[in-house]
Amino acid sequence: MILLEKRPQPSQFWSYGAPIVAVILTMIFGAALFATLGKPPVEALSKIFWEPLFGEFNFFYLPQLLIKGAPLVAIALGLSLGFKAGIWNIGAEGQYIIGALCGAAVGLALYPMEARWLVLPAMLIAGAFGGFAWAMIPGILRVKFNTNEILVSLMLVYVAEQLLAAMALGALKNPEGMGFPGSRNLSQYASASSWIDQGNGMHWGVVIALIAVIFAYILFTRHILGFQIKLAGQAPRAAAFSGVNPARLVLFCLGTSGALAGVAGLTEVSGPAGVVSIDFNVGYGFTAIIVAFLGRLHPVGILMAGTLMALTYIGGDVAQSSLGLPKAAIQVFQGTLLFSLLGIDVLTNYRVRMKRGATA
Amino acid sequence: MTEPLMKLEGLTKAYPGVVANSDVSFNIQAGEVHALLGENGAGKSTLVKTIYGLVKPDTGTMTLDGKPFTPAEPRAARAAGIAMVFQHFSLFEALDVAENVALGMENPPPMKDLAQRIKEVSETYGLPLNPSRIVGDLSAGERQRVEIIRCLLQDPKVLIMDEPTSVLTPQEVEILFETLRKLKSEGTAILYISHKLEEIRALCDHATVLRLGEVVGTCDPRETSAREMAELMVGGTLHVPEREVGESGETLMQISGLSAPSPAEYGTSLKDITLDIRAGDVIGIGGVAGNGQDELLGALSGEIKVGEGQVAFMGQDIGQLAPDARRSLGICAAPEERMGHAAAPDMSLTENAALTGRKRKDLAKNGFIDWNKTRNFAEIIIERFDVRTPGAGNAARSLSGGNLQKFVIGREILQDPKILIVNQPTWGVDASAAAAIRQALLDLAAKGAGVIVISQDLDELMEISDQFAALNEGRLSKPRPAQGLTVEEIGLMLGGAHDMEVAHVEAVT
Repeated sequence: MILLEKRPQPSQFWSYGAPIVAVILTMIFGAALFATLGKPPVEALSKIFWEPLFGEFNFFYLPQLLIKGAPLVAIALGLSLGFKAGIWNIGAEGQYIIGALCGAAVGLALYPMEARWLVLPAMLIAGAFGGFAWAMIPGILRVKFNTNEILVSLMLVYVAEQLLAAMALGALKNPEGMGFPGSRNLSQYASASSWIDQGNGMHWGVVIALIAVIFAYILFTRHILGFQIKLAGQAPRAAAFSGVNPARLVLFCLGTSGALAGVAGLTEVSGPAGVVSIDFNVGYGFTAIIVAFLGRLHPVGILMAGTLMALTYIGGDVAQSSLGLPKAAIQVFQGTLLFSLLGIDVLTNYRVRMKRGATA
Repeated sequence: MTEPLMKLEGLTKAYPGVVANSDVSFNIQAGEVHALLGENGAGKSTLVKTIYGLVKPDTGTMTLDGKPFTPAEPRAARAAGIAMVFQHFSLFEALDVAENVALGMENPPPMKDLAQRIKEVSETYGLPLNPSRIVGDLSAGERQRVEIIRCLLQDPKVLIMDEPTSVLTPQEVEILFETLRKLKSEGTAILYISHKLEEIRALCDHATVLRLGEVVGTCDPRETSAREMAELMVGGTLHVPEREVGESGETLMQISGLSAPSPAEYGTSLKDITLDIRAGDVIGIGGVAGNGQDELLGALSGEIKVGEGQVAFMGQDIGQLAPDARRSLGICAAPEERMGHAAAPDMSLTENAALTGRKRKDLAKNGFIDWNKTRNFAEIIIERFDVRTPGAGNAARSLSGGNLQKFVIGREILQDPKILIVNQPTWGVDASAAAAIRQALLDLAAKGAGVIVISQDLDELMEISDQFAALNEGRLSKPRPAQGLTVEEIGLMLGGAHDMEVAHVEAVT
């Protein structure tokens, strides 16, 4: 019989080693999977992990890494605040959309003003506020009426998607678009573009995500608020005893994650995406939930997890196009990564013991 | 002497870094009450867990009825005739008594038969209990009866009881002892673990004393004084708390007409509590668990907000202040539940020092925690209160209950509070550490603080209190000078055993 025995202390070794072992396990499993599909396993793995980083066309893929990684990291960081405190914001996708809509609306309203120092900051503030306000809906409902923030925030995603469609076809539609749905292209409007260096994939969303990593790190290691967030998640009664105000904590965590998701949406719509279109959102808000846990809710972990996740997306595309791997196989591969990480994670707090069982 | 019912020989169990039991041998006779004595960490729990099949010994053998006994799991131990009443009850509050009993059985009979058997057993052994009552509505004493009856239904040969009297009034203790004596007269062996030496003297025929995992002595408790047994346990002379009786000073805190609903579903609401706390006073509040102790501590610490004019500190109404604001004024508290309430189990001791010490020890500037200062504070607590741990970086959950309790009490006392409220300050703490904690509480009062000690240990309250009041169903009796109160008077203040009679009447009808 195999027994799991709780460790008195979380293992230092495994809290750092688990992600590495998980990635190795995923590679082994992936190799087996690709081999059974009749594809060369080593080559497939190298297409996913090596090609985008060091391959011949990495000048094309590396910027993609920043573009795909930045929103994942920014959103996951915000979510990790709440997840640590036991506050489950599942609706980052909605906050991302509303942030993009609010910020884009401000940019489009100011068009064609040329003061970049005014237009882009105003859009960023509007984007952050939009996400913040959208996240406040589940926040206030939870604080006032004790509703479940998981359900409310999730359902608001679908409301936000409807709103996005309405805006793309209505108020924000490009007046010079000859009737096609979608807004003006913000990335081509110099004062509103979030690009810093389009050729290298640098845009303000990347900068903000990196700054957010630093702030989150300081928050959790030094600041009393980070301490209270951890405390509330680990031992709610001890948090109340310590003097944590649960309502304020709920609003802070939801508000911050909403604002970060909003900014991520805005920098996406005014940069890589360019236009407000019906299918503007591609699920970063949901994938970020995985990234947050993959990075074990640690700011630096999330940075690495977001990068890894972006890499498997890009590398997956490479493998699809060059080796003809089915998309489903790539998704299975990504799922395996999360699965093995969460599985190995058990070893941080538990040790495995073999026991010769006399039991029937 | 007849062949012993159970023989333990050379039991050894080592955990990484600590030997919990080392070559432990003793015998238990049929029909005897055998006391197992020892400080916290002496290895009593490991030993009984070994007998109950929860722990497998590294070496050593056990025999039961002359046959080798190696239970692989509690189910096997129960099948062989071992039953155990744990210190912490494992009952479901939302289910009724019979359902709870059925959940613990391998092959529960139909509910109607089971209810009938519960009634029979409970009447035979003088433990009245109505099988259809919801456990959430039962007092702690009645809940314990559910656990005992659950064990008795298995017809055990050996009954293990872990600290059974900590939740009982003196009258209830007497009733429990009657039950145990009856069991003993029927030939059941009882292995009895307790810190209360006077009880052991009243009940037990034999005592085995453990220290640091080894058997350091055996004695006949009826012929050994409590002090001698305590010294055997500690391995040295025992320090009895002493105090200089001083004049009590000005009134620090006034509680008048305090009423508050309990935040917990099966909690007890506080009803019209009035009490003055003066500087230098130790007020002991006795009462059986679940009579509003948690709620009273919460209302004073700030976890439960109360109405205007109900709690005042030096003339200032503080009923609406949050815990941190009250701490800034000098009101500190230590709740009963250490894991998860007084301390966060997965956090380090340093982090746990910041949990309450932040304000008064000035551990944070502009919202940023000074971890060096906090670690120093934690290390001072560890040193001054003799907390046994490799260091302040260790998680709170790695400490034994008694050690964590020392840490929690130390954390509050070292903040120099003007008012300190503690609930069960020495629960599960060994004799010498308990004496040290009591001494620290008395020293704090001698320095001019007002101390409220909520406890179920009446000996403790009598030892340190100036005033004694009883908490019963959320009401507080008028405080009386502790000196000169008799055990019977206290028992009556606590509500006596009246809840048992209620149960009895219901059981008969």
